[in-house]
Amino acid sequence: MTTLMPALMIAPVLLPLVSAAVLLLIGGKRGRLRSLINVAATGAGLIVAALLLREVESGGVAVYLASNWQAPFGIVLVADRLSVLMLVLVGLVSTGAALYAEAGWSRAGSYFHPLFQMQLLGLNGAFLTGDLFNLFVFFEVLLAASYGLQLHGSGWTRVRSGMHYIAVNLLASSLFLIGLAVLYGVMGTLSMADIADKLPLVPERDRGLLHASAAILAVAFLIKGAIWPLNAWLVPAYTAAGAPVAALFVLMTKVGFYAVLRLWTLLFSADAGASAYFGGGVLLAGGLLTLALGSAGLVASIRLERIAAFSVIASAGVLMAALGMHSTALVAAALFYLVSATLSASALFLLVELVRRSGAGSSAPDPEPDTTPEEDDNLDDDQLPLIGRVFPVSLALLGLAFIASALLVAGLPPLSGFLAKVALLSAAADTEGGISRAAWVLIALLLLSGLFSTIALARAGIRHFWSRGGQVAPHLRAAEGGAIALMIAAGCVLSVFAEPVMRYAAATAATLEAPRLYIDAVLQAHARPGPAAADPSGALPP
Amino acid sequence: MEVLLALVIGVLAGSGIWLVLRPRTFQVVLGLALLSYAVNLFIFSMGSLVIDKPPLVVPGLPANLEHYTDPMPQSLVLTAIVIGFATTALFLVVLLAARGLSGTDHVDGEQDTP
Repeated sequence: MTTLMPALMIAPVLLPLVSAAVLLLIGGKRGRLRSLINVAATGAGLIVAALLLREVESGGVAVYLASNWQAPFGIVLVADRLSVLMLVLVGLVSTGAALYAEAGWSRAGSYFHPLFQMQLLGLNGAFLTGDLFNLFVFFEVLLAASYGLQLHGSGWTRVRSGMHYIAVNLLASSLFLIGLAVLYGVMGTLSMADIADKLPLVPERDRGLLHASAAILAVAFLIKGAIWPLNAWLVPAYTAAGAPVAALFVLMTKVGFYAVLRLWTLLFSADAGASAYFGGGVLLAGGLLTLALGSAGLVASIRLERIAAFSVIASAGVLMAALGMHSTALVAAALFYLVSATLSASALFLLVELVRRSGAGSSAPDPEPDTTPEEDDNLDDDQLPLIGRVFPVSLALLGLAFIASALLVAGLPPLSGFLAKVALLSAAADTEGGISRAAWVLIALLLLSGLFSTIALARAGIRHFWSRGGQVAPHLRAAEGGAIALMIAAGCVLSVFAEPVMRYAAATAATLEAPRLYIDAVLQAHARPGPAAADPSGALPP
Repeated sequence: MEVLLALVIGVLAGSGIWLVLRPRTFQVVLGLALLSYAVNLFIFSMGSLVIDKPPLVVPGLPANLEHYTDPMPQSLVLTAIVIGFATTALFLVVLLAARGLSGTDHVDGEQDTP
């Protein structure tokens, strides 16, 4: 196993790249083969991530030197606890989305499979890279693929929201490059570990420039991380995208959070001197505002896909606020919350289409604003008699899945959403010297957002399953059911095995608190001796 | 030279931002292109502006920034140009699709009523 280790780290990048190339070459009518390759490659990605998780849990930070170049000069891939946690999350969500897409979405347009794999390549690469410019490149890869996926299936709503989404992200990329260039001008390096290592050497007169570059970079990340007021693009783009694509996009806001978490803990940790915790107040305030407005959006939305999109915004707010309070316990709780929230939001996105299929099978699709109740929305006596009506199995399963994902999203017991919320609340309340005012606001907003999402989801459930639904048994395909079952099963497993996951998150937060470990691991990774150096006789002419 | 380059970058970025905020899709895409030119020049200027110093190591001269220019921003800017070009091309396609679907080149697809 250990012999596999450095090479295994490149697999999450290589596997989707090769599969995308192969999928591009298989054209024409061989749809079944393409589907098989897509699902198999995505599932293999999950297995590789699980193997890496086992490796990292025992071995700490693993470093892969691309092309055998020493760290500050070459490009490194770094797998520490945080990156691997994100990789496993990508594996889980993408396997669910890939399965679901086989029920029909993958045939809604051309090139779904290669784009899907390129998106995975970008996500995995962004989580693994230890170099800022490569982070930019992987960001662009995942964004370029996401543009294609977002437009998959075409139609005016998709094209319009996609156009806005692309314009916003192109601007964000420009900001990313400007921040990158200023940072390079100050530090003379773009390797994250090297920047963090050399940070104490920055002269006082350059500190303003350093802070400016970090702030510009943070704006670029926060646009992707959907922080208010930079998140207006999210709800239209995510609700317009097809179900499996929206489920995959839930991961993309987490990339923004990951980038902020990684850079912020590396650069502005407690031992950064005058720069310690630079910008923490902005993260906290932005996070709290995002959470508040996301919750307001939750209770204001009627359509299920809008509820799911606003739950993504609310969870982005929770994560940023937890990060901004710089408490290790809170970061640990936030990481657990991240896993639970990602799984539940993508499960909800997958459910949207099926739920709509159960209710609207007979009537026309929902009108755009959809605020007035329809005529057949109440259960009067002249409606079909409820007693003695056969209740279709598929509808029962769908209802159960909806209840489970609603419990996960709203953070109600007994599933993992509740445990994540309890962990966050207890971490926010458990600070020395009394609970700060910001912590009180966070606690209040967390409880309020739970209430609001319960209201919104209960309303949607009543509307779709009780008042209008149940008239038609929705036709559930095995792939769709399997995908949703996978996501919800992952949420249930997370609830049962919350303790080891929580312990892993706590250890992750502890390593983030002490960036020295990461820096030393990257900078002290030695290039392997080449065959010529290992065998001196071979280098000499005979 | 620094002042001239700074002015060029400033003018490009300023006009780019103004165009991005305009309501027509063609103006937006031109604005994004101008912005990316400004960004590329900006990255390039981070390698400190010098004339007649190639990023090539000549035998006999010590390999430091006294004698050579920093090759790193040049390689970064190449990558940024390629990526910017590709994404702008992709955006153009979406723009054409939007024009075809809505019949107008307004970014929201709705013509302003005077």
